[in-house]
Amino acid sequence: MSLLQVDNLRTWFETDSGTARAVDGISFALRKGETLGIVGESGCGKTVTSLSIMGLVPDPPGRIVEGSSVRLNGRELVGMSAGDLRRLRGNEMAMIFQEPMTSLNPVYTVGNQIGEALRLHRGLDRAEARRVGVELLREVGISDPEQRFDEHPHQLSGGMRQRVMIAMALSCEPELLIADEPTTALDVTIQAQILELLADAQSARGMAMLLITHDLGVVAEVCDRMLVMYAGQVVEAGTVRQVFGEPRHPYTRGLLDSLPGRAAGARRLRPIEGTVPSATEWPEGCRFRDRCPHAWERCAESPPPLLVVDGEASGRSSRCWLEEEPERRVAPRPSPTGSAPQRPGRPR
Amino acid sequence: MSEVWTEARSDARSRASRRVRFRGGPALGIVLPGLPQLLAGRLAAGGYVTALWVGLVTLLMYRWERVWAAPTGALDEQIAFATLALGIAGALAWSIRDLRKGRDPLPMSRSQWGLASRAFRKNRVAVLAVGMVAFFYLVALLTPFIAPFDPTFQGDLLADRLSGPSATHLLGTDHFARDIFSRLLYGARISLSIGFVAVSISITIGTLLGAVSGYLGGAVDSVIMRGVDMVISFPRLVLLITIIALFEPSITLIVVILGLTQWPQVTRIVRGEVLSLREREFVQAGAALGFSRVRIVLRHVIPNILAPVIVAASLGIGDTIVLEAGLSFLGLGVQPPTPSWGTMVADGRNNLLGAWWISTFPGLAIVFVVLSFNLAGDGLRDALDPRLRS
Repeated sequence: MSLLQVDNLRTWFETDSGTARAVDGISFALRKGETLGIVGESGCGKTVTSLSIMGLVPDPPGRIVEGSSVRLNGRELVGMSAGDLRRLRGNEMAMIFQEPMTSLNPVYTVGNQIGEALRLHRGLDRAEARRVGVELLREVGISDPEQRFDEHPHQLSGGMRQRVMIAMALSCEPELLIADEPTTALDVTIQAQILELLADAQSARGMAMLLITHDLGVVAEVCDRMLVMYAGQVVEAGTVRQVFGEPRHPYTRGLLDSLPGRAAGARRLRPIEGTVPSATEWPEGCRFRDRCPHAWERCAESPPPLLVVDGEASGRSSRCWLEEEPERRVAPRPSPTGSAPQRPGRPR
Repeated sequence: MSEVWTEARSDARSRASRRVRFRGGPALGIVLPGLPQLLAGRLAAGGYVTALWVGLVTLLMYRWERVWAAPTGALDEQIAFATLALGIAGALAWSIRDLRKGRDPLPMSRSQWGLASRAFRKNRVAVLAVGMVAFFYLVALLTPFIAPFDPTFQGDLLADRLSGPSATHLLGTDHFARDIFSRLLYGARISLSIGFVAVSISITIGTLLGAVSGYLGGAVDSVIMRGVDMVISFPRLVLLITIIALFEPSITLIVVILGLTQWPQVTRIVRGEVLSLREREFVQAGAALGFSRVRIVLRHVIPNILAPVIVAASLGIGDTIVLEAGLSFLGLGVQPPTPSWGTMVADGRNNLLGAWWISTFPGLAIVFVVLSFNLAGDGLRDALDPRLRS
């Protein structure tokens, strides 16, 4: 059974310029111990997806539209009372944020903040919380944890703060960890360490992880399966090997082509033309149509559903009419189709 | 040129401090707390402590019999006794601890408060103002030992009435032959405590409402902010006069009313701060860890907005004291014979040319106290706002 089951999740925001359909019908499942990556550009709905799962969408202006379903361990989270949801947060699901510099409260010591979570959720007393907290800091690779425990956040570097955040998230042994761009604000060497730390913590605890990022390298490094999001929808899903090896959706292909060292023979990177449309006015038909090198009349007439690729068993899908009319895949401009599967290495 | 000089001077200072520490500094510190620090060139800290110690000990010697009787006396005498004892012991303890610690280990705290206190100490005027404020409160607490007369005691109405400053009556007497100096001291207690309590009330209400309003947003925010608009739209003095006219004027009533009409400004400041704080990720992280909204507001939001609240409080006390004096001057505040600075100024109104001392001294007291609070508040704002730190 899957730990997390998201079905047709739609999170909309009421804004002055109309309803922004930030997340517009995404579905996926996450099994125990599995790592799922969600990739996409800024504004494609990655973060709103994670906040929706945690029940942290600010309401108003945001709301999770009726018919959406988020099930954790079989329990429906959409429509759950605020108190019940709060008890799940921290206990069964935890989240790490992007910006470690501001994720810790500047007025309290690190230990005070880790201890608060431990005392609240696990009912430990001060001495026990300190012991467990120091142990957690040690686990996340902070040197001198005894001493660091009594320091304030501003005395720590960005990488260390992110480690502290991870320690806090792990403090109550969650079954699901959502990491929202955990390494974006860190420099490259620290990124690799943090990813390794997350992977270790995950395998040690058998925790499921939802890793949200715009960095394809991070996904390639850490994840088992991945979703590619565009304009509030999933446009492609599959295992990391499948998606990187043979991207099916033109958008995924565009993302991979815009990576350095990926576009075969090209001296310059090949960006995706155009920009993401505004969430208040997604285009009719296929939402990627305006930027797609393959687009034809059908794409304007009806939006493609998420089509199964290579049969049900493969678990792959792509939201593109090309799956039904593969003969059109002959690209109007040169693109490295069929080039050897090659996973982009992360800079180390 | 001047840089070299400053460096040399600070070098000399730190050498001096070391010398004092090694050659019988502690002994000197026990005899006269603050003196070693003064000799080491730390004029502010040393000066304050020395003055505090000398003042308190002098008071103890001159008013020995009153101090002796205080522990079994009235409540204000007991408080004065405790203040005296704590002040003397505190000055001693500080001096000795400071000497033992030395001033060389200077891994200055880099926390928000550490930086702020360093910025504050550079502002001499503000440091002086805080010293003045502390001095006024100290005097108010010690009034039962200092005041030569009872504030309502009337001397010989023929001989002592409207007499100018003299050795017996330091600041003269009023038209009831009451001692102005004593009344000034007792009035300080009234004015300062009204300021303090009223601002405490308004700050508490304002902070809580502002934090809730800013954090929850939506309908709650609208309701609270419309309430703020409503209270602010009344001219405050007229509102105060109306309310007081409806009831019997008393100190409690004035404190409560002053406190209950001043919270909107604080609410606005706090709400603005919380609105920007709410977007900070540690607030979201708290929610993601399953903290309740009450816990987030009380433990994570409010401690982060204390800086502007402290500034608003110190400026607010000054305002409140002026307002109370104004009300008392109009006869709507503290009722005679209880002394209050506002009433005392009013008392001297009819004899302003003949007996200038009746109105002048309480007026000066108001000016100095309010000035101190405002300068201290300005200094705090400069020190606590990173944008104003140079």
